[in-house]
Amino acid sequence: MSEECSEKWKSINLPKDKRPKVQEYKNWKELPPIPISLPIEGSIGRTGDWRTFRPIIKDGCTKCGICWMYCPEGVISREDDGSFKIDLDYCKGCGICAKECPSNQIEMVRESDVKNG
Amino acid sequence: MVESKGDFIQKQETLIIKGNEAAAYAAKSARVQVISAYPITPQTTVVEKLSEFVDNGLMPGTQYIRVESEHSVLASIIGASKAGTRTFTATSGQGLFYMHEMLHWAAGARLPIVMSIASRGPAPPWNIWADFSDVISQRDTGWMCSFCSSHQEIYDEILMSYKISEDPEVLLPKFVAYGGFILSHTSKPVMIEDQEKVDGYLPPLPDEKGWSHIWIDPERPMMFGNLIMPSGFYYEFRLKIHDAHVRAKEKIKKASQEFKKTFGRDYGNGLIQEYKMDDANVGVILYGDLALQMEQAVDEVREEGYKVGTVKLRYFRPFPTEDVIKIAKKVKVLGVIDRATAFGSPTGGPLSCEIKTVLHGIDNTAQIIPIINGLGGREVSLEQQKEQLKNLVQFNETGELPKELIHGTLWDGLLEVK
Repeated sequence: MSEECSEKWKSINLPKDKRPKVQEYKNWKELPPIPISLPIEGSIGRTGDWRTFRPIIKDGCTKCGICWMYCPEGVISREDDGSFKIDLDYCKGCGICAKECPSNQIEMVRESDVKNG
Repeated sequence: MVESKGDFIQKQETLIIKGNEAAAYAAKSARVQVISAYPITPQTTVVEKLSEFVDNGLMPGTQYIRVESEHSVLASIIGASKAGTRTFTATSGQGLFYMHEMLHWAAGARLPIVMSIASRGPAPPWNIWADFSDVISQRDTGWMCSFCSSHQEIYDEILMSYKISEDPEVLLPKFVAYGGFILSHTSKPVMIEDQEKVDGYLPPLPDEKGWSHIWIDPERPMMFGNLIMPSGFYYEFRLKIHDAHVRAKEKIKKASQEFKKTFGRDYGNGLIQEYKMDDANVGVILYGDLALQMEQAVDEVREEGYKVGTVKLRYFRPFPTEDVIKIAKKVKVLGVIDRATAFGSPTGGPLSCEIKTVLHGIDNTAQIIPIINGLGGREVSLEQQKEQLKNLVQFNETGELPKELIHGTLWDGLLEVK
């Protein structure tokens, strides 16, 4: 590596509990020759950013689990009480869950129309 | 399988072999660990010879992968290099073009892959003979690119390539190009070096973890070279590739000096090699096999009383900017000879464009005459090269070239049927 190149990026090779989750670089000279990502959540970005329409599960949900089975991204999870939750950090808003819901209890709402973010 | 005596060499010995075989012997001497190959004329006998070595147990531990296309050749080599092995492959012309996507990948991933290129003219019309348009058209992939002008230089340059590419401050893949058939299929004596000496010259083989910037460990999975958003460091990583090229120039000079010290053969400063330039007032700069014949032409034209010289360009990427400026200040007229095309370019062939760029804004430099010759393997005889030199001498004396320029370039040796 060049002299300017920081050695700190090599810490990615430390044991899992010792290495930093995210490394901060100030400029190009500090960067390693290639980008390296650890298999942590969101290591290549949170794909929820791509979403235009947000699925919202309404109160009439029968907890049948059809949405959970159809979700192509695996971002719907079953909670302890049997209800379902959508991880909005990764949901791309494809709408398959809303289309497949047998009781029409998932509504796709334009992100700009969602109140309180 | 025919086993020649040479196959068992461990000690220094001179063999009479073809240029392609010299490339194969160099890969063997460098103890490459993974070879992936697909045949294409005129490269085929490189990988044929290597398969013979592997089959006869002369390259113990070396994996030889046969794949269905050149794209897969480089894809598999990228995987092998990433896993921390010294790798080698070879190709030509259309095969190189089929690799194009993976060429960018290898450079972007900063993998020290070495690939020899038996250069041939791009089709159509189909052509399999010497023409550097194939390798030069891959100029902006991020690969280093060097040219050989003799059989011995093919062997030597491949050894030097591993030393340069694997340097932790460089970590770039590299082409070693030489003219198809002219060098690839003719035989000359080549000194195959003592294995211990080669081992001492080259860096040690990468350890099981891989290169300094990559650690392959199934226990600790990592992702290499994944998506970066425009606001991320993608742009900065591109700059780092260019920065590595510029840094490589010093490493090339050092590798060449050490090579001379270890094996006794001189390749100028590594980037260029001058011949009788010190008192010359007219010079030429060119690359590949024609550069060696030009030295003979210089000798013969000098006997007639003209002070001419020649420069062999060894590296096209990284480009020897500083050396070219020095050369252009030594002479009054500099002929820049390409055996390659740069269609629609501002001037002449690819090297002319580079040299005119380098000299922009610098005072007291030579007048540049762009020359293209020998495309598609067209013979460039010693007589023709002597004439080129004399034409430049005449231009220096009278300010006029005895030959007609086409679009500002001397296309030398065009057919004219009478």
